[in-house]
Amino acid sequence: MPTVSVKRDLLFEALGQKYTDEEFDELCFEFGLELDEITSEKEILIREQGGEKAEGASDVVLYKIDVPANRYDLLCLEGLVRGLQVFKEKLEAPRYKRVSPADGGEPQRLVITEETASVRPHAVAAVLRNITFTQERYESFIELQEKLHQNICRKRTLVAIGTHDLDTISGPFTYTAKPPGEIRFKPLSQSREYTAAELMSLYKTDSHLRHYLHIIENEPLYPIIYDSNGIVLSMPPIINGDHSKISLNTKNIFIECTATDLTKVNRFTLIITVCLFVCFNTFFILFRVEEAEVVYPDGRLSVYPELAYRTETLSGDFINKRVGINESAESIAQLLTRMCLRSEVSGEGDLIQVEIPPTRADVIHACDIMEDAAIAYGFNNIVRSTPRTYTVANQLPVNKLTELLRQDLTAAGFTEALTFALCSEEDIADKLRKNITETRAVHISNPKTADFQVARTSLLPGLLKTIAANRKMPLPLKLFEISDVVLKDETKDVGARNNRRLCAVYYNKSPGFEVIHGLLDRVMQLLDVKPGRNQGYHIQAAEDSTFFPGRCAEIFSCGKSIGHLGVLHPDVISRFELTMPCSAIDIDIEPFL
Amino acid sequence: VSPSERKASPKVDGGTDSQDVAADLGVDHQVIVGAVKSLQALGEVISAEQKSSRHWELTGEGREIAEQGSHEARVFNAIPDEGLPQNQLMKMPSGKVGFSKAMSNKWIRLDKAHEGGPRVFKTVEAIEDTVRDKLQLVQKGQSAKLEDKEKNELKKRKLLSEVTVKSYWITKGSSFSTTITKQETELTPEMIASGSWKEKKFKPYNFEAMGVAPDCGHLHPLMKVRTQFRQIFLEMGFTEMPTNNFIESSFWNFDSLFQPQQHPARDQHDTFFISDPALAHEFPQDYLERVKKVHSEGGYGSQGYKYDWKIEEAQKNLLRTHTTAVSARMLYKLAQQEKFTPVKYFSIDRVFRNETLDATHLAEFHQIEGVVADYGLTLGNLMGILHQFFTKLGITKLRFKPAYNPYTEPSMEVFSYHEGLKKWVEVGNSGVFRPEMLLPMGLPEGVSVIAWGLSLERYVDTHT
Repeated sequence: MPTVSVKRDLLFEALGQKYTDEEFDELCFEFGLELDEITSEKEILIREQGGEKAEGASDVVLYKIDVPANRYDLLCLEGLVRGLQVFKEKLEAPRYKRVSPADGGEPQRLVITEETASVRPHAVAAVLRNITFTQERYESFIELQEKLHQNICRKRTLVAIGTHDLDTISGPFTYTAKPPGEIRFKPLSQSREYTAAELMSLYKTDSHLRHYLHIIENEPLYPIIYDSNGIVLSMPPIINGDHSKISLNTKNIFIECTATDLTKVNRFTLIITVCLFVCFNTFFILFRVEEAEVVYPDGRLSVYPELAYRTETLSGDFINKRVGINESAESIAQLLTRMCLRSEVSGEGDLIQVEIPPTRADVIHACDIMEDAAIAYGFNNIVRSTPRTYTVANQLPVNKLTELLRQDLTAAGFTEALTFALCSEEDIADKLRKNITETRAVHISNPKTADFQVARTSLLPGLLKTIAANRKMPLPLKLFEISDVVLKDETKDVGARNNRRLCAVYYNKSPGFEVIHGLLDRVMQLLDVKPGRNQGYHIQAAEDSTFFPGRCAEIFSCGKSIGHLGVLHPDVISRFELTMPCSAIDIDIEPFL
Repeated sequence: VSPSERKASPKVDGGTDSQDVAADLGVDHQVIVGAVKSLQALGEVISAEQKSSRHWELTGEGREIAEQGSHEARVFNAIPDEGLPQNQLMKMPSGKVGFSKAMSNKWIRLDKAHEGGPRVFKTVEAIEDTVRDKLQLVQKGQSAKLEDKEKNELKKRKLLSEVTVKSYWITKGSSFSTTITKQETELTPEMIASGSWKEKKFKPYNFEAMGVAPDCGHLHPLMKVRTQFRQIFLEMGFTEMPTNNFIESSFWNFDSLFQPQQHPARDQHDTFFISDPALAHEFPQDYLERVKKVHSEGGYGSQGYKYDWKIEEAQKNLLRTHTTAVSARMLYKLAQQEKFTPVKYFSIDRVFRNETLDATHLAEFHQIEGVVADYGLTLGNLMGILHQFFTKLGITKLRFKPAYNPYTEPSMEVFSYHEGLKKWVEVGNSGVFRPEMLLPMGLPEGVSVIAWGLSLERYVDTHT
């Protein structure tokens, strides 16, 4: 969930009202936001870097507000204020539109060359005119760009936004790709020119930029945007040129957004990004959004930004029935309008026409509109009612059996352990004196630590680790677990299946084979399987590398092997950092279903 | 009553010291201490308060002197009137020490020039053996009569030593008696058979002590709460889903839930992917085509996500990130029925997230999930059923916050008022499954599916 940090006093000023922290928290809750933290830059610095570094830092109160992941339109102070003001009916939802250049001039143009195809083939552009920045607006502008980069642009891997002082450059602009050695410019915040190759090594140590280098690092060609005089605007998605940087005095801005291949990018993400960006700013900074043309390598020409509004028609009845309320079409239209979805009753029955603004890319179905109606109505104002759905309950047989056995194993003096289903290769192989290839283990490709390399193929390592962690407890230690292991199985659609197993261990000064054997007898008695060779159960001497030679038996039930019991091999005991003899039983309980 | 116990019984109401008792009776103090202890074990016959005191005691040599006289006295007494040759005197056991002491006391003199070798003669008629007298005083327990200087001098001669003695101050107890009976520790089968228990007195139990732990096993606390949740679902008529498949394909875990392929949850950072077996190889083909279409082009009233949906992405195996993957399989199965029947499903099982373990992060936890599918279910119904569910856990104050979840719309976070923390805490997530998820499965248009989920671990952390 993205978090937006806003200055409390600026927020209240923009909302035209002061709230107590509790009141504002309540308002957030109703609207689907969460006031996560009340803090200040000073507090944050003290917490993160200690008191000394915080000296002189601002103690202006900051609200950290959690915004739902789909609401990119609320990612900055301006967006939040707009959303809340419209919600509180203090403001009408704004309408966004773009204009042609004043006095019939030519639109700015961005020409994409075919070299970009291999690295970053998509771009859109827009122009903002007649801006007057204040310090705060300027900061918010930069902050919003960063928020979009982190969220909808997925840390610039999908989309990168570049903003430029239009009065320092002259179109038409060219978006192309070149070998890193042939790109040379003075980047933002540097005092001299670098080649692209030099920049990549320069930024290796930059705490902010180093995270984006991987996006193009290994490409033969790097994307680059020039103006008509050969001045570099930006090398997306890494850095802009210093020449065209925006400042407090900037009046006109050229925006370019570039994106990687469309298999990864929602076709609209690029378009939405630029829409969001211009819309936020239009609303509060009050300037003109001017169209810009983009020419593709195949000669196609598109005009951006696409500030497209869409209309959906749905019935009041649909919303009433789905939400469980009983409101007139008029009042539903009013509810939706409060959510920045301008709505009107069409006059035809209870049909409502809903206009979806370009900033609400998350509205893709009538159910999204229904949700907004429910939010505006107030979730907590909806009457709670029990559905009349009549059904008979059934337990999953394997879980029912598990529940029954667990109770009886504790009654037999064994204590239940709960251990992780993931473990290291070593746990299920080397430590049990097995070869990893014979385990039929499912392997994880991207574990963050060696503790989660495989799904367990046995419950034994978990129990032995539990004993190791409880060595201080009085002996004997008697533990069990009935849970799933995972085994590769070609017959399943995913190539693996779970297997419900029962494992118990007895850890004491003497091995206690007879104790574990007695437990088997008790379990079989509970399962109503009598001792015997054919229809019953029996054990017979077996060799298993996990167990001490001559102290291991295989367990058969109705002629079928279901597992092993025995005294653990001394190497197994010491590999789990244990010191006492230990006996164990491990059986598959699925045959008893 | 043994003789020593009787002796230890206080003779005076005001109490007495165990040392004095020993002195009076002329027995070793340790005998009296033993008697005190055995009387104490009988209950309140006597009360004894331990104290410690310092006193003077004779050394072995001191005791010999008290008995036989000091070395110098013995030397003096051994000398006849006609004197004794010095070499003969020195052969006596006390000779050396006694000679020099007697000399310095001027009791004897040495005639070195005597014919036949040096000879010792008495110089006084009679002597007073003060050393012996002093030691005898100490022996009688009257060391207080000696001056400190005298005692220290004797200590220097290694005839006296100062010792610390632990003794008891004994007084009558609340149930003092001069006749006592030995108390029994436990009732025995013999006593029951013979009836002798009627005459016996039994030693009181120490009710302050802890009992012996019963010889039984225990269920894991988290699993006990799992059983409790399971019971609640069963009471509410919910059927358990087969969640015993930790390995799932991206298709069922994400795609079938209308979660787009570029969604951050599908990153390597958040989800455990499987390298072996890396890919799932079997899907219901018709359904897969419909899922592909709704993602890439939309349909069923939806705009879709408008991206190139790839089967390769859907095939990737992973450790399921939620049990909703199983709900999707179950709803698909339900949609394949000849005629739709309403269902209520639940599951409580493990789910996995690619986390590094720390105090607040687990790579696997138990997800509790409830699902209801029927015609015409409303958001009000979802809140109603959640209210019933949480009431069974003793949680009655609920409120709902709008939230975002890729496969439910509306989505609601469930908050409960925590009486202990005095604030609203999040207890779960809930929502109505999106039509883009349900309609491609083939469920009838009017059917709504409401669902909720919570983490067992988190619930146990905040509510137990």
